[in-house]
Amino acid sequence: MVSIPPTVIRSTNRSKGRRVGLGSLRAVAVALLICGFVAVPLIALAAISAGSSSAALEHVAATVLGRAAVTTVLLLAGVGISTAVIGVGTAWLITMCRFPGRNLLQVALVLPLAVPTYIVAYTYVELLDYTGPAQTALRALFGFTSSRDYWFPEIRSLPGAIFVMSAVLYPYVYMTSRILFMMQSAAALEVSRTLGCGPRRLFTHVAVPLARPAIAAGVGLVLMECLNDIGAVEFFGVRTMTFAIYDTWLNRGNLAGAAQLALILTLFVFMLIAAERAARGRQSYHATGRRHQRPAPFQLGGWRAFAAGIACLLPVLLGFAFPAMLLADYASRRLEQFASAAVLSAGLNSVTIATLTACLAVLMAFVLVYAARLSRSRAVSALGRLASIGYAIPGTVLAIGILIPLAAVDNFVDGVMRHLFGVSTGLLLAGSGIAIVYACLVRFLAVSHGSLEAAMAKISDHLDMAARTLGRRPGRMLFEVHLPLLQGALGAAWLLVFVDTMKELSATVLLRPFDFETLATYVYAQASRGVFEEAAAPALVIVAIGVIPLMLLLRAGQDDRSGQDFSSSRSR
Amino acid sequence: MLKRLGGLTGCVLLPVTLSAMMSPALAEEVVNIYSYRQPELIKPLTDAFTEKTGIKTRVIFAEKGLEERIRAEGANSPADVIMTVDISRLSAAKDAGVTQPLTNEVINSRIPAQYRDPEGNWFGLTARSRVIYASKGRVSEKALTYEDLADPKWKGRVCTRSGQHVYSIGLISSMIAHHGLKDAEKWLEGVKNNLARKPAGNDRAQVKSIYAGECDVALGNTYYMALMLTNEKEPEQKEWANSVNVIFPNSDDRGSHVNISGMAQAVNAPNRDNAVKLMEFMTSDDAQEFYAETNHEYPVVDGVAISDIVRSFGELKADTLPLSDIADHRKEASELVDRVGFDDGPSS
Repeated sequence: MVSIPPTVIRSTNRSKGRRVGLGSLRAVAVALLICGFVAVPLIALAAISAGSSSAALEHVAATVLGRAAVTTVLLLAGVGISTAVIGVGTAWLITMCRFPGRNLLQVALVLPLAVPTYIVAYTYVELLDYTGPAQTALRALFGFTSSRDYWFPEIRSLPGAIFVMSAVLYPYVYMTSRILFMMQSAAALEVSRTLGCGPRRLFTHVAVPLARPAIAAGVGLVLMECLNDIGAVEFFGVRTMTFAIYDTWLNRGNLAGAAQLALILTLFVFMLIAAERAARGRQSYHATGRRHQRPAPFQLGGWRAFAAGIACLLPVLLGFAFPAMLLADYASRRLEQFASAAVLSAGLNSVTIATLTACLAVLMAFVLVYAARLSRSRAVSALGRLASIGYAIPGTVLAIGILIPLAAVDNFVDGVMRHLFGVSTGLLLAGSGIAIVYACLVRFLAVSHGSLEAAMAKISDHLDMAARTLGRRPGRMLFEVHLPLLQGALGAAWLLVFVDTMKELSATVLLRPFDFETLATYVYAQASRGVFEEAAAPALVIVAIGVIPLMLLLRAGQDDRSGQDFSSSRSR
Repeated sequence: MLKRLGGLTGCVLLPVTLSAMMSPALAEEVVNIYSYRQPELIKPLTDAFTEKTGIKTRVIFAEKGLEERIRAEGANSPADVIMTVDISRLSAAKDAGVTQPLTNEVINSRIPAQYRDPEGNWFGLTARSRVIYASKGRVSEKALTYEDLADPKWKGRVCTRSGQHVYSIGLISSMIAHHGLKDAEKWLEGVKNNLARKPAGNDRAQVKSIYAGECDVALGNTYYMALMLTNEKEPEQKEWANSVNVIFPNSDDRGSHVNISGMAQAVNAPNRDNAVKLMEFMTSDDAQEFYAETNHEYPVVDGVAISDIVRSFGELKADTLPLSDIADHRKEASELVDRVGFDDGPSS
């Protein structure tokens, strides 16, 4: 049994010092602009944080920092590892194996993405605490009469938070690695097989190492999502760093101190990402084979098929079906809400904001990724990553970083208009829908950038070289080579941002115009009164609206003809 | 693909931009409310106000950061009034410089001085007491004090929400105001040692925990009990609430800690006259009765009746210490919670 060390298949990229054309210069300029656009709120936060002494940091350092840091690291490690295992494992089973129910599960596995984390957190408390169905059944079965008679795991705990977040967030890893597995060179896999690699070795020694950029991108998103979460950790009483940020700001009136903490946290995330990149080194991971040839899948039968089915079904049940069932139960007692004007207009607002944000985020991420590819400069790809750190900043803190520059521009324009024409324009940007889109872009650019960057890395440089040799300028090469090849990834990126924006809450709440509700803010208003039940209908609508594009995307990109065959997609 | 994206972007951008640009242009009679209080709880009142005066109301609701928003918006901020659900936020707004003092005969005559800022920056609209929920079956005491909760005899029997929640901060601030920082710290440590579990969940969750037998006593606001007892859509909440008695702490000495929901005028209020009209309206008997009946809070205006359910809890003897004194200790209270490690839960 000989297995191929992955390094053999990775081609090491040494072709540096290529001529930089005009097209790529322009692309770099646009990339710089985008970075500036995204960096403005971060700079505003840095400015805020400079406006205070280090007293807040000292208090936090002396009291909660140690424990909060440990809790945060444990949470990140727990969620990171379990989402990687679930996401990569299910993606591999779905792409490489055939078993009953696979076609359905391949779609169903992304469903948890449509459910906001704080809603799932809430439903699990309902399901698993003393009065929930699980414990009620236990008591009935064994004749217990109070919680003192038996032990039951406490969901409102760190392990509970890890469980809930993993169940909801694994689709990030599933989606990014599934696309990568599908794009993976059949040749590499087949050569490995010919050389005697069994399915297991193929997975651990060839496919996973090759998919590493995608797995890292997916897990990176999961971790940042974890870090900026406040809803679920607050509800579970899990004291993370984000908690300390909010306490510093809200209870001690020290926004500067909170901004300092938030920036430190962001720096930490950035270092994590940089460390992963450094570990990956300068290997490139693109495929060299004829990619429209898919390796023959493994036909599973008997207990193997059953086990694979269960392994893919379980995450769907935990992250989607159980919470959705509870929501449906509540909503069934409030059917009139589905047609209420409030829910309808909130739904329209949500879809508008999410569509707009998703389009812009994909466009911007694509420009960043393409500029990095054309210029082949490490600085430009670093810029791209820099543009995506907004994700880790707690939403409300980020919102303030956005308000300050927007309101400053508004007030400046107002001043000029008053001076010149005697007309007051008031606040045009701050407090309009634009501020929300801006915030969502800063937050979710990381999502589209991560998935596009990973997919772009899969496209061999040789294609670029061939295209350029055949006389294609970067602009035409973009439309004739890269865009067709990236269709699947573009769709996935769009969808991820769309769904994330649908769920976005903390920044939207603070930035919205008067009387402006999205579905998420509507749910939040109910939940903050302590009557979550009343929010079940709009929460289900969030889920439903997220599910529709998920279905469309997966149908379009279904396995064997996933747009990899670029010659045919050109003629379409 | 790119063209398609671009076209789609344009289609969507246009209406959003337009609607955003249009809204400030509708310059009829309005009053703009920045609210920490849930819109559902104000809407019937603002509707009544609009009907009476013809002045439209517009609301932004958030739970965090409205002071910062007003500050960032600066001189052009549309905010006319700020509404909050606790004293800390009112004080924070005043400290952030986003309120302005108001001398108004109507408000000053109707709202007791204890529930007003001495400098006129804010006033209370409703009061709620932070009481002890006690298990009917397992707690025989009919009277308790906040200080009792630190007594080792309650070890493993106390539940509460996070110590950093504004309602907890209010109570801890009042303990600092009454006993000084040192004794308050000892007290909080004592309560921490008596906790049955880590502080988590909202006030309703504490009632549920007692029902489940996880703990015997818990801290919570009065109106949550009333809302649970009248919850027709989720009737099991009635059952939880029925397993619990309400005890007004310290009824035999200084009285129970009371927090307020309140209102302040924003510093650059563009519709100042309308804002004053709204504030006067909120102190009217009609508005006060509405709060009492639908949300089961205590009206702050004398002579307005409390709801039947709230009356059934017993007599509230409110701590008379001015709320502004309590609010002064909110930062210390928050730091104390960290220092004691209250939210880490019972040490054992």
